[in-house]
Amino acid sequence: MKFTLNIWRQKGPGEKGRFVTYEAGDVSSGMSFLEMLDSVNQGLIAKGEEPVAFEQDCREGICGSCSLVINGIPHGPDRGITTCQLYMRRFPDGAVIRIEPWRARAFPIIKDLVVDRRALDRVMQAGGYISVNTGGAVDGNVLLVSKDQAETAMDAASCIGCGACVAACKNASAMLFVAAKVSHLALLPQGKPERTRRVRAMLEAMDREGFGSCGNHR
Amino acid sequence: MMKLDPKIPPGPLETKWDRRRFSEKLVSPNNKRKIRVIVVGTGLAGASAASTLGQLGYQVECFCFQDSPRRAHSIAAQGGINAAKNYQDDGDSVGRLFYDTIKGGDFRSREANVYRLAQVSTQIIDQCVALGIPFAREYGGQLANRSFGGVQVSRTFYCRGQTGQQLLLGAYSALCWQIERGQVTMRPRTEMLDLVVVDGQARGIVVRDLVTGQMSTHTAHAVVLATGGYSNVYYLSTNASGSNVTATYRAWKQGAAFANPCFTQIHPTAIPPGDVHQAKLTLMSESLRNDGRLWVPKMARDHRPPEDIPAAERDYFLERRYPRFGNLTPRDLASRAVKAVCDEGRGVGPGGHGVYLDFADVLHQEGLDVVRERYGNLFEMYQRITGEDAYHAPMRIYPAPHYTMGGLWVDYNLMSTIPGLFVIGEANFADHGANRLGASSLMQGLADGYFILPYTIGHYLATAKFTPVGEDHQKSRAALQRATARISRLLNSKGCRTAASFHRELGQLLWNHCGMSRNEEGLKLALTSIPALREEFWRGVMVPGSGEAFNQELEYAGRVADYLEFAELLCHDALHREESCGAHFREEYQTDAGEPQRDDSRFAHVAAWEYREGASPALHKEPLLFEFVPPTTRSYQ
Ligand SMILES: Cc1cc2nc3c(=O)[nH]c(=O)nc-3n(C[C@H](O)[C@H](O)[C@H](O)COP(=O)(O)OP(=O)(O)OC[C@H]3O[C@@H](n4cnc5c(N)ncnc54)[C@H](O)[C@@H]3O)c2cc1C
Ligand code: SF4
Ligand code: FES
Repeated sequence: MKFTLNIWRQKGPGEKGRFVTYEAGDVSSGMSFLEMLDSVNQGLIAKGEEPVAFEQDCREGICGSCSLVINGIPHGPDRGITTCQLYMRRFPDGAVIRIEPWRARAFPIIKDLVVDRRALDRVMQAGGYISVNTGGAVDGNVLLVSKDQAETAMDAASCIGCGACVAACKNASAMLFVAAKVSHLALLPQGKPERTRRVRAMLEAMDREGFGSCGNHR
Repeated sequence: MMKLDPKIPPGPLETKWDRRRFSEKLVSPNNKRKIRVIVVGTGLAGASAASTLGQLGYQVECFCFQDSPRRAHSIAAQGGINAAKNYQDDGDSVGRLFYDTIKGGDFRSREANVYRLAQVSTQIIDQCVALGIPFAREYGGQLANRSFGGVQVSRTFYCRGQTGQQLLLGAYSALCWQIERGQVTMRPRTEMLDLVVVDGQARGIVVRDLVTGQMSTHTAHAVVLATGGYSNVYYLSTNASGSNVTATYRAWKQGAAFANPCFTQIHPTAIPPGDVHQAKLTLMSESLRNDGRLWVPKMARDHRPPEDIPAAERDYFLERRYPRFGNLTPRDLASRAVKAVCDEGRGVGPGGHGVYLDFADVLHQEGLDVVRERYGNLFEMYQRITGEDAYHAPMRIYPAPHYTMGGLWVDYNLMSTIPGLFVIGEANFADHGANRLGASSLMQGLADGYFILPYTIGHYLATAKFTPVGEDHQKSRAALQRATARISRLLNSKGCRTAASFHRELGQLLWNHCGMSRNEEGLKLALTSIPALREEFWRGVMVPGSGEAFNQELEYAGRVADYLEFAELLCHDALHREESCGAHFREEYQTDAGEPQRDDSRFAHVAAWEYREGASPALHKEPLLFEFVPPTTRSYQ
């Protein structure tokens, strides 16, 4: 398979970026999207050119590193998966694909497709935890948690902190990210005592970091 | 001359840890505020250690190379974490977890460490529940368990197929709290490149800021390495692509002994490799073996589709070879059994690199809904990657490098041979011997970080003498100089081959000669090929861009350069160990039935290697004494 890629290139923070066109030839349908980019990069490096910077680590959809806007959609066209879980068989041969970084005020660009997402960590530091010291915890079965409740908490706790919700939101709000943590902890008896303080602190931090607010846009 | 003193407390096994804790000196709260500790790594081990040390009042500086501490490789662990809670009343106990782990490790780990691990395991679960980890629950609201890899009791706690994620996010949240309180300074996107040793003590590290490229030295009273494992030396592995050997390898070059580097675990159930562009292997959780049955056709080169092969012509090879454990046979044996049938030409799929993992029986007996509830996410993952539907045809799986039991040598207090350098989690060697059982690495990482290191490091800090060491110290400057020179050398090498092409070649070499099975001839060949490849690398590698900026290719090339040196150590170790034990299978040492032959008379020791400049590494042996469990042949038949 062959593809034409329009990739956002930007040397560094505050520099002017632009789209550059690359041809990706010799792609097989079983290659992942990131492996396809790897092979484009291998070609660039061998020529002594700087490869396209993009973020990745686990390549199995759990670490939240990968972060590409593909044809205008964060993590690409499929629902419920990350960029690293996308395979080239998903695209028609010869397709033109546009690749951009997350775009949000709170996520300044570091280079090419890599952005600085430390703002999300700072929101977590403001209150995304249960204040409990190591040691002296009571037996894990002392407080019972119903299966349903544990499952609902787990649904919320599954957030991988990738920031795609921010990139997708017209206001670049981090409301989904914050809500995921707030609900995960508030649903469990251990997290209840601090739930009010937690919500306030995390929301304040979110505003401080320059994320937009939720306009209930649909 | 290097001295290996494991510092195991004498006396009864059950009370060793209590007695050690009681005899330790403590640091007074006032003094803690003046003591600085560096923690490198934010996986389960690093995050739990950094947060606990911060909570105790030390000034902690914590580093990771990812953009956020939450993305450490621990996030990817799927199956679960063990603990001897015996909530199921199925005969589990601290003693049994201890015994299983010692036996699972094929009698190549320290009894005292393993017993302590089993003891602490129950506290880990309580701590994690207190941190808000949404473990799976029964209808009655109690914590649920499942059985996992190579044991006969149900002692594994889990959060769907995302246990590592949840445990790490728990430790990360504790870390966030300590960052907010000002106890921990977090430095993400910062890579450790060297160690500062002053008067024989570890006193700091050299790092590169991965965004600006700036190099700097950070000093402290002690350094903790929690930098994970080195499976990526094989190029293709189940690890995250950033996982590396750099921190531990550079510490080795500064004098820390490296123990049992050849004990590398090859996991039996990963999705088989595809084409040359493949960048990683994806693990299919071991829990699949609870219900899936492994088989291959009885006949070699049988290309019929699986559904056309009648039951009588299938070989359920694990059930046949290991009737008592069947498909749940431990990883090392299962992987080799897979390799054996593939070597006989009975492998399935492209290149014959695969065996079937078949769910037809459980689908028939318990129905689609049950299977979907148990494994739905794994089946989806399989389909996404291979394009095949495992509800209708069996999965194909093949072994993949996964975990490294070897690591920096540590004593009972988790301190390396360099005083003040502590090593925790996968980065050390201690607890899993020659083979790790499923769900026990998460347990070890959290045991080390939450409950063991915070005690033992206190004793060191309370008793050691410290001279002032800052960035200007001659040793700090020398370390900075070493790291900087190496980076310039990489950037100045003006070849035209990419670092990845060297990495792939090295990986292939190791996989062939120091992978699932090894022999003298192959290892010797590897030991001559690796230095040649390394020279070729320094002559021919191309690293574009500059050192004073964000440069991912430079980061990667630095790691590959370290693999190219480290691989040699790995092969030396495999060559010296003239026995088969756990994951280390030397073809010369097997029974007529093809089972591994351990040699306790010559090899009941930890092999700890010392770096020597310009010479091959020196071997030191720590004898392993089994006072409580006499070594037996590890039989799962
Ligand atoms: C796919 C998969 C599934 C697994 N499933 C299970 C399971 O179900 N149960 C189980 O018990 N185990 C499992 N394991 C094993 C387990 O996940 C790991 O062994 C464990 O998480 C390692 O934790 P760690 O804290 O030691 O290191 P890691 O989590 O690997 O963390 C390493 C840290 O060190 C940092 N670091 C490394 N080098 C440097 C450097 N030079 N400079 C600065 N920072 C550095 C990294 O940034 C990172 O923060 C699995 C492993 C894999 C690959
Ligand atoms: S809520 Fe946002 S940050 Fe979390 S997983 Fe979803 S898109 Fe990613
Ligand atoms: S690389 Fe980890 S989620 Fe994509």
